[in-house]
Amino acid sequence: MKILVAFKRVIDPDARIKLKADKSAIDTGSVEYKANPFCENALEEAIQIASDHDAEVVIVTIGNEDTEQQVRAGLAMGAARAIRVDVDDSKLDSDLAARIIAAVAKKESPDILFFGKQAIDGDNNQVGQLVAEYLGYPQACFASKVEVKDGEAIVTREVDGGLETIAVKLPCVITADLRLNTPRYAKLPDIMKARKKAIDELELSDLGISDTALKVEVVALEEPPKRKAGVKVDSVDALIAKLKTEARVL
Amino acid sequence: MAKILVVAEQQAGQLKKATLAAVTLAKQINAKVGGGFDIVTIGKSLSGVTDALQGYGAEAILIADAAAFENYLAQPYAEAIADAVAKSGADFIIAPAGTFGKDVLPRVAAKLGAGMVADCVGLADGSALGYKRPMYAGNIIATVKVNTAKTVITARPAEFDSAEKTGGSSAVTALQTSPAAGGARFVEYQLTESERPELTEADIVVSGGRGLKDGDNFWKVMNPLADAFGAAIGATRAVVDSFPEVPNDMQVGQTGKVVAPKLYIAVAVSGAIQHLAGMKNSKTIVAINKDGDAPIFQVADYGLVADAFKAVPELATKVKAARS
Repeated sequence: MKILVAFKRVIDPDARIKLKADKSAIDTGSVEYKANPFCENALEEAIQIASDHDAEVVIVTIGNEDTEQQVRAGLAMGAARAIRVDVDDSKLDSDLAARIIAAVAKKESPDILFFGKQAIDGDNNQVGQLVAEYLGYPQACFASKVEVKDGEAIVTREVDGGLETIAVKLPCVITADLRLNTPRYAKLPDIMKARKKAIDELELSDLGISDTALKVEVVALEEPPKRKAGVKVDSVDALIAKLKTEARVL
Repeated sequence: MAKILVVAEQQAGQLKKATLAAVTLAKQINAKVGGGFDIVTIGKSLSGVTDALQGYGAEAILIADAAAFENYLAQPYAEAIADAVAKSGADFIIAPAGTFGKDVLPRVAAKLGAGMVADCVGLADGSALGYKRPMYAGNIIATVKVNTAKTVITARPAEFDSAEKTGGSSAVTALQTSPAAGGARFVEYQLTESERPELTEADIVVSGGRGLKDGDNFWKVMNPLADAFGAAIGATRAVVDSFPEVPNDMQVGQTGKVVAPKLYIAVAVSGAIQHLAGMKNSKTIVAINKDGDAPIFQVADYGLVADAFKAVPELATKVKAARS
């Protein structure tokens, strides 16, 4: 069995995100990158499934050489090898990322394609679903529990009204939600081992992709309007008075 | 002139209110492209849904009502929506941005070769079509344009007023569609049952944070408060992760539900970036926290630095008395 896990680097989710002075782009001057938290959930689950089913876990990422730092972290968690598609990760939209990953999947023929449900930079929540459609696979998104048996993945999903359980035939796409698992910290011996694991570099031409035009393009960035500063009240009575007379919600 | 198709969201034959937010966005786009809009609804036993959709100005309500659609599954629903797009001749396809829209619409976009705008919070000014959407947990608002002939959009319900009825009637037409079953099968739902208003639809939301210590205390403090205000109850991610008594679908935040009620009361919530992403557009925000430096106070209109275990019962009692 083979599990292909998409792994994206993102700006540290706890960093204060600022725009450059001319608002043309995010100010990446002093930022740190981390693996997208949801991708870590996906990788953790893949590793757990792999140990139960004697499967190989392969990481795929899209980006330049700098992204290999996060890939090595994923290899240290327990993936066997990695594929990096050499494309500037600032020149992607969800659809191009999906077409690239679908092309890698066609080469690798995984039984399960695991994604994080969303990347916390773009917050698009599209790539897993797009890949599933491009490959004609069923999907189980926002997974909080996965069990693989008898050629199916039985997945409990977090939906607006609660939980839903579906069964998807392999090969399939699964996208991970936060409560799927707690990603492991790599131990030093695993980090050392990861240095020897392969990261294969692919070009778009290796994947037969020549159309890199973006379907969705960012044309402007702005910070949302700040809320007017609030006031502190010193008692419950004072709060109720404000809610009645000022906010008029009581 | 271009046509718009709104994909209605329904559960067990009941229309979800978030659909009316998508209708509002449809009307805003219609003001720019002028071709009118249809609505499609897919499921089983939909007469209640089609009745509820009358009077909003749709030209037609397309309906795919069959046993095969009783429980939502991505592949057959995506095919049915694509058939509705063909029937309607739509270039714009809009669904509310909940777990339904987010799950199915990317597949529709891929089928149509269309760019998809996820979580649209508004249109850009001007005659050209630009869509505003949040990035980085809402710390950045991006304006995007779509370069394909068709455009697929999920509309964030908290950012659009529900459409109001304008009268008239829409023709209800059966949609001819018989999708392949696909590779998934439905097993079961475990839906949270509550007498309280739905989190994404409530006028007043009260949310509890990690400061409430444990699940029992969470409910002891939050239930009377919600009763007093007639509110929905939300929670932070820290709470749903650590208190087994609080279900995950109560999470308000970047990766949970996004709400913008008239009044949001954050109880013992510190105010992490990811939580703020889910509530900072609420009309009035109240924070009650014993730590006066908690980041939540930076977005609160009214902040009460106090022990929630004392202040909230007092607030609940006094508000209940005032409202009765």
